[in-house]
Amino acid sequence: MPDKLPVDGRLPAVFTTPGVSSFTEFLGLAAPDLLPGRRQPPASVVTEAPHGTTIVAVTYPGGVVMAGDRRATMGNIIAQRDIEKVFPGDEFSCVGIAGTAGIAVEMVRLFQVELEHYEKLEGTTLSLDGKANRLSTMIRSNLPMAMQGLAAVPLFAGFDPESGEGRIFSYDITGGRYEEHSFHSVGSGSVFARGALKKLYREDFTLDDAVLACVNALYDAADDDSATGGPDLTRRIYPVVVNVDVSGFRRLPDDDVGAMVQTVVDQRMQNPGGSPAPLR
Amino acid sequence: MTTPFYVSPEQIMKDKADYARKGIARGRSVVVLTYADGILFVAENPSRALHKISEIYDRIAFAAVGKYNEFEALRVAGVRLADMRGYSYDRRDVTGRGLANAYAQTLGAIFTEAGKPYEVEIVVAEVGETPELDQMYRLTYDGSVGDERDFVAMGGSAEQVTTSLREHHREGMSLGDALGAAVAALTAHPQDGEDRTLTPSQLEVAVLDRTRPNRLFKRIVGAQLESLIASNGGGGAARKGKSKPTGDDAPSEPSGPEAADPDSG
Repeated sequence: MPDKLPVDGRLPAVFTTPGVSSFTEFLGLAAPDLLPGRRQPPASVVTEAPHGTTIVAVTYPGGVVMAGDRRATMGNIIAQRDIEKVFPGDEFSCVGIAGTAGIAVEMVRLFQVELEHYEKLEGTTLSLDGKANRLSTMIRSNLPMAMQGLAAVPLFAGFDPESGEGRIFSYDITGGRYEEHSFHSVGSGSVFARGALKKLYREDFTLDDAVLACVNALYDAADDDSATGGPDLTRRIYPVVVNVDVSGFRRLPDDDVGAMVQTVVDQRMQNPGGSPAPLR
Repeated sequence: MTTPFYVSPEQIMKDKADYARKGIARGRSVVVLTYADGILFVAENPSRALHKISEIYDRIAFAAVGKYNEFEALRVAGVRLADMRGYSYDRRDVTGRGLANAYAQTLGAIFTEAGKPYEVEIVVAEVGETPELDQMYRLTYDGSVGDERDFVAMGGSAEQVTTSLREHHREGMSLGDALGAAVAALTAHPQDGEDRTLTPSQLEVAVLDRTRPNRLFKRIVGAQLESLIASNGGGGAARKGKSKPTGDDAPSEPSGPEAADPDSG
């Protein structure tokens, strides 16, 4: 039970202490056992935990699209075929996860509460850079686990109301935060996805173009990386695709993504490598 | 050397209660009432930054009167408690009743143990899936809890406001009608007979709207508030206020989408 109430039933002083707007900091004072990253990993771990794989993000004028495949692997086993790896951060951001699924999902949960908590206490939202930095701190606190092979590396994207555009942030396991331009991908299939996006990306993308580019990139990642799941047409399991723009976070309905996936699959029937980019 | 006076416990409690009541009575009133789609909060509050009404969690909101630093501490504690519960269990496990209990224990302990009681009165409201499941808890300075139906009025002229609301509040009112009834109640001053007016810029208005997705709390500000007040037949005083130039309202309108930031007011 996290609520350590004293004998008289009054909320502990830590609840009423002013000046702390961070949920993580508060949790560190009130219930540190709930914080991820505080656990001491065993000296040697066998990393038989489900891993999430490929996430891609693409900006377009006025917003950003993020998509993730649906596969989680555990060694050579498919641990889950319909896992969801792209989440809302808050109203204006999204976060996709690669790496150890358990740790990454917990990190995202804490991140979501962190953003909402700040918003409720301060009456204003964090800047997009502020949100990106908070996520950075959380990844850094997981470093001991990451050194044991239980790493979680998210991809963060959001709409920046100050500049009116979508922005993408990538991370490394030490919490390093890097702003990416135009597009980026993380996870085991990311090299193939990024190669595809490099050829597909155009600066004047519409939302639909960006979604199509993401679905294509995930298809290419699944084509060459065994840990990335391709679209599963028989079970109707499609990538999770979200979009953040001036009107906020939105997850695209499965029917819309399904139609996009069908377009891509039909195209690949003609040309398994996807539409060729002009050479000259 | 002075000998300490004997003061009976009854007298101590009575003095504390009088002290707290006086402090609360100095403040302006806040009204919480149900309407068809949820729960409406209306406060007379000229400040745009210092809120009397706040979001606590998905379906729970908080309204307070009294001393700002004291109810702000309670609000912060409520948000922390709710977020911690929701994080360690599940979002659905955060309930208004649990929060009201924690507040009651805290206020009760402060009232009996501390030298000075909190000069606050608060309402914790949770909007249900249906109107029958709406909950409103009124908590007073000594930690007593009242489970209220339909409407609650707190603050300086709570009695007049309650009388007016009893007359005008009906179950299943529209938002506009409920706001009209609330504004009419806040301007009701039968004793001194003074004709008070309240402009939209003097009102802090928010709803827990069960038709919204996820986080149901929403502040009603700027143009939306003005048009709501203009649209309803009640609240004549507020109608008068509308003709007054309200240029100072402009910055309060959310620049982004309405759901962006419930606290942007």
